[in-house]
Amino acid sequence: MGRGPFRGPVPAYGRDMRDLAPRLPSSPGFWRSPLRGPWFTSVLGLVLLVGITVLFVTGLLSYAAYNPDLAPVNDKTPDKGILGFYLFAWPTDPPWLYRLTQGVHVTLGLVLIPVLLAKLWSVVPRLFTLPPVRSLAHALERISLLLLVGGALFEFATGVLNIQLDYLFPGSFYPLHFYGAWVFFGAFVAHAVLKAPTALRNLRAMRGERVEPEVRVEREERDDLVSPRPAAPTVSRRGALWFVGGGSLLMFATNAGRGFDGPLRATAVLSPHGGPEPGSGPNGFQINKTAAHVGIDPAETREDTWRLVVTGRAGSVRLSRADLLAMEQHSAALPIACVEGWSTSDQWWRGVRLRDLAALAGHGDDPPDVFVESLQRRGAFRSGALRANQVADPRSLLALYVNGEQLSPDHGHPARIIVPAAPGVLNTKWVARMTFGDLG
Amino acid sequence: MKRVRRVQGARRPRIGSPFQILLLACSFALAGYAGVRLLAGDWLGVVLWFVGAALLHDLVLLPLYSVADRALTGGLGAARHSEWTSYVRFPAACSGLLLLVWFPLIGGRVDASYAGVTGLSADGFLARWLLITAVLFGGSALLLAGRLLRSATKRRPPDVH
Repeated sequence: MGRGPFRGPVPAYGRDMRDLAPRLPSSPGFWRSPLRGPWFTSVLGLVLLVGITVLFVTGLLSYAAYNPDLAPVNDKTPDKGILGFYLFAWPTDPPWLYRLTQGVHVTLGLVLIPVLLAKLWSVVPRLFTLPPVRSLAHALERISLLLLVGGALFEFATGVLNIQLDYLFPGSFYPLHFYGAWVFFGAFVAHAVLKAPTALRNLRAMRGERVEPEVRVEREERDDLVSPRPAAPTVSRRGALWFVGGGSLLMFATNAGRGFDGPLRATAVLSPHGGPEPGSGPNGFQINKTAAHVGIDPAETREDTWRLVVTGRAGSVRLSRADLLAMEQHSAALPIACVEGWSTSDQWWRGVRLRDLAALAGHGDDPPDVFVESLQRRGAFRSGALRANQVADPRSLLALYVNGEQLSPDHGHPARIIVPAAPGVLNTKWVARMTFGDLG
Repeated sequence: MKRVRRVQGARRPRIGSPFQILLLACSFALAGYAGVRLLAGDWLGVVLWFVGAALLHDLVLLPLYSVADRALTGGLGAARHSEWTSYVRFPAACSGLLLLVWFPLIGGRVDASYAGVTGLSADGFLARWLLITAVLFGGSALLLAGRLLRSATKRRPPDVH
């Protein structure tokens, strides 16, 4: 009655007969899918081993990209301690670096959701195994699995909610996602060390034993994930893998376009910053935060009221937009890339080089770090610090024009920062004050 | 010594692999170091999210879709159409996945803030999700129809023509 091909004689390898009573999830007979078994779990586990490692590394890179060790204003996790051990000066080359790493981080995270769900499904019988604890090592492993599963779901949930601007989670995204990642990763490494050798052995063995299906069945039946009374299969294991892969492919196809402009972005039909552009013309590209949202008063950005205060070794200068236009103008083609995983193609920016402004403030020879403040009333990044290497790059601009036209209010009129490879929020808009050599 | 422990193992709590214990202790040390910082703010909220996420998945989401799948396979089996299962399961799973991931946008939870922050329209996520769902089911139905048609022509004996 509904028994699949893996149904052998009553198994004689240590399972108590009472365990076959299928009423409780703690009895192996409760779980009836013929798909569960070492092969399916091993394949998914190895995909996650690679995928989550990439997520972790790109996540750490994104953390470094904010230069949190440069100034308190960039640092949303001031008590990070040794977790910031690897921090380095974020480079400006290649200019699409952050666009790539963060695009991979978010898109891959979305693509891995079906794999994660399938992996959790494949091992769920183990949640209910009896006895719950067989030894001290087993007890510790089970606690670690709570950190692993809770941590994975916590990280994926906070990430997915944050890119939709749905700040449901209990606190600020940066510390939650960063510290949560370390809690999760500790459990992940331990799990990988304990399980990856078995997973690899399983796959190798399965491949080698394709010729001897009986041996394979016998080996499978010894695994606690294999149902002792499997239901009739509705899909092959290979088919199930295609099923999971199809889900991942769907996530990829409906999200990858967020990293490009125009028709490609339009393919990201369900994701934030996907679909049609917010406007048309030179200023029609994606906006992180609108002027209205962060409380920019148009009266403060008018030609006659707005002044940029540049401070440095030589004292302070107040510059009008006309003064800035009178300085040497330079161009750079650079993208905007957001921590939320979306980015634009290169936009053509035109304005004054940051290092020329540094020179104006008395730092002609050796451009220092700079502290940039915006007119913004709201927003975690209404001010930000840029490192000396970012100021010195000839493509780093205080932009006044984009794509041949004056910046629109939403893109930072009268003037905004644009720095190659920097995370979007460090490209401060509506700049009011720049302080060279003193990060406040 | 080892043998003694093994004999007693049945009664006393066992220890298990020392390597595993050491490894997990290291992992807990790291988790503790990061965890203290993770819990520095709203610690109760974070604990609830961490543990709640695991419980919600294991005890609510997974049973829910398992029951739905059992209902599907059972229903199609009773109607003697078991071979249709994958053609319903796949589009349903994809549609459910998209809803699970994008429910704030699809359900309109963040409409006002999304439009205000990004300058983009927050309308149409629900409509587009329904459209994708329709396309997935439609495509799946076409594939199934094609398969049924092919097997029907194959099964027909040639002398009928």
